[in-house]
Amino acid sequence: MSIKAKLTNWSNSAKRYLDNTFVFTLIAIFIGLITGAIILAFAGFNPFESYWAMAVGIFSKPKYIIYTIIKATPIIITGYSVAFAFRTGLFNIGAEGQFIVGGIVAALAGYFLHLPPVIHAMVAFALAVGAAAAWGAAAGYLKARFGVHEVISTIMLNWIALYLSNYLVMSPAVKRAESEATHKILATARIDLFGVWKVSEQGMAWRMENRFFHDLLKPDINIGIIVAILLGVMIFLILKKTTLGYELRAVGFNKDAAENGGINVNRSFMSSMAIAGGLAGAAGALQVLGVSLECVNLSNMEGYGFDGIAVALIGGNTPAGCFLSGLLFGALKYGGGKLQSMMGAPREIISIVIGTILFFTAMPKLIRYFTSRINQKREEK
Amino acid sequence: MLSDIGFILGTTLMYATPLIYAALGAAISENSGVVNLGLEGMMYMGAFIGATVGYYLGNPWIAFLAAGAVGALVACLHGIACISFNADHVVSGIAINFFSIGFALFLCRIFFDGATMSLSLNFDQKMPRPFNGAFEPNSFGDLVFNQYATVYLAFILVLIVWYLLYKTRIGLRIRSVGEHPKAADTLGINVSRVRYLAVILSGVFAGFGGAAMSIAIVSRFSPTLISGHGFIAIAAMIFGKWKPQGAMLACLLFGSAKGFEIFLGASGLEIDLGIFKIGMSSQILAMLPYAVTLVVLVGFVGKAVAPSAVGLQYEKEA
Repeated sequence: MSIKAKLTNWSNSAKRYLDNTFVFTLIAIFIGLITGAIILAFAGFNPFESYWAMAVGIFSKPKYIIYTIIKATPIIITGYSVAFAFRTGLFNIGAEGQFIVGGIVAALAGYFLHLPPVIHAMVAFALAVGAAAAWGAAAGYLKARFGVHEVISTIMLNWIALYLSNYLVMSPAVKRAESEATHKILATARIDLFGVWKVSEQGMAWRMENRFFHDLLKPDINIGIIVAILLGVMIFLILKKTTLGYELRAVGFNKDAAENGGINVNRSFMSSMAIAGGLAGAAGALQVLGVSLECVNLSNMEGYGFDGIAVALIGGNTPAGCFLSGLLFGALKYGGGKLQSMMGAPREIISIVIGTILFFTAMPKLIRYFTSRINQKREEK
Repeated sequence: MLSDIGFILGTTLMYATPLIYAALGAAISENSGVVNLGLEGMMYMGAFIGATVGYYLGNPWIAFLAAGAVGALVACLHGIACISFNADHVVSGIAINFFSIGFALFLCRIFFDGATMSLSLNFDQKMPRPFNGAFEPNSFGDLVFNQYATVYLAFILVLIVWYLLYKTRIGLRIRSVGEHPKAADTLGINVSRVRYLAVILSGVFAGFGGAAMSIAIVSRFSPTLISGHGFIAIAAMIFGKWKPQGAMLACLLFGSAKGFEIFLGASGLEIDLGIFKIGMSSQILAMLPYAVTLVVLVGFVGKAVAPSAVGLQYEKEA
């Protein structure tokens, strides 16, 4: 084989390798971190020390890793929600509102219902998912029946959900005295592990003797991440193995062709938005049942749904991708707080890094352009 | 009564203004075929730069122009991604939101000693009110027309953008690359260049919109200042069927719901339904603008008429 043929062969296989979205995403993450470092350096912070502080803050103790997972859980699931809608040709900006609906319903069901443990949590979770699914389906219905673009309707529904939730939180029957929050949910509805025991007298005594576990038990350990994994598997199965999933994907791929093929497009808008809404609601419910145990009066959006958009897009709109990108995002968010407390650098650098990663994942052509330029130069030599 | 109507009209105009700027930007960009979901982020940058330049230089007009310039700069990124490198418009727009909201807050902490809120502008550093003193205080005319200069400028710009899009050659080119880029290309129009122009203009407008918030309606930048206005402006533009005058009307509708919200909140009215009274809680009132928009959309929207090539990449054939 001539050298030239070898080179073309090499560059072809390199190109094939780089066509892989996963590799693109890794390159984009790398570029994102570099951009963050440059901006930190311009602002007068040592980028190496900053990233080191973040890495230490995320990985150095088991407790920190648990915090990272707790931070990542809700955005992994809102990521699923957005990704699922994307796969079926819809843009669910409404995950934010559906999250809020799920959260408030879980908080109400967790306080007002009186059921045995486990069942109470399951009922609260189911009610929350149902309500959020209806909230999502409303946007699907408006699109199917009145042709209202889901981007507009879900933006409006987000704000309506926010104020509705605030209205409920602040109403006399729901509001906890001397707070701007709902009553804490009952112990029977909680999905955290050892949550009650660890602050009991007995638990505290045991923790004093076992220092390692004392530390480990500080975060609100809960089963949320397990539910997140199960939900991811469920979405994968729905999309790949069921008729419903096939139909939804067909509509997402080509609406007109799907309609010609006998698929009821309007109904699929509604089922897709209902599933997406239910997922975001599940995230809200898990957050309330496992971490916050209450809903507060919100002055502004918390951003779980919007973070979910980034998680879905970086994760290539697949469940596994969302899981990984959600963990990355959770780690960065948690590490961003550490960066601010240890280095005094603004934590918003994380949004800049995430934005840059997203920006470059949007442009595989740019990365390909650079790699082909490098190949060209090699060939010239 | 008359002064109540004046109050509502006045607040309507004030709150519609930032939306009108951003919605005009959205209209220009989408007519050229580029979806710009990054408006929210561009508004954040505009609001921050407006408030900061205003604070340090003291001149509201320089601040306003600087806000437009930074909007243009951010829009350039969107253009590079979507036009030159075939990026997905939605992904790039969302990326730009994360990036520029983060960047605005990052810079704010650096310029204002770790705070995410800029220091307040003095009264003479804010946008002037050209008709201040022309009417009797608190008269109908005063309540409606004693507005910041940015309010008047917004309406003038609606006229200019309408003229630009529908009565000039460049407007025809913008619309043609949004409708059928290949045909436009065949006729010798440089599709990329026209789209760049449109996207950068949309950034300028979004920057103006942000500054219309931070140096006129309020007198500082804060992290919750924009909170969703960029998206509402996009909704208004779609609602207004991709036309500047339609977008303006949609923004006015949203603004008037906001005006009612503030009016009812201030006067503490109860709605008397005969059998029972509904006390207007502030949360229910705050829902009003969004609920009204949704109801009107359901009631009055016809088939949406987006430019055919909107959101699609155009690659010139070699």
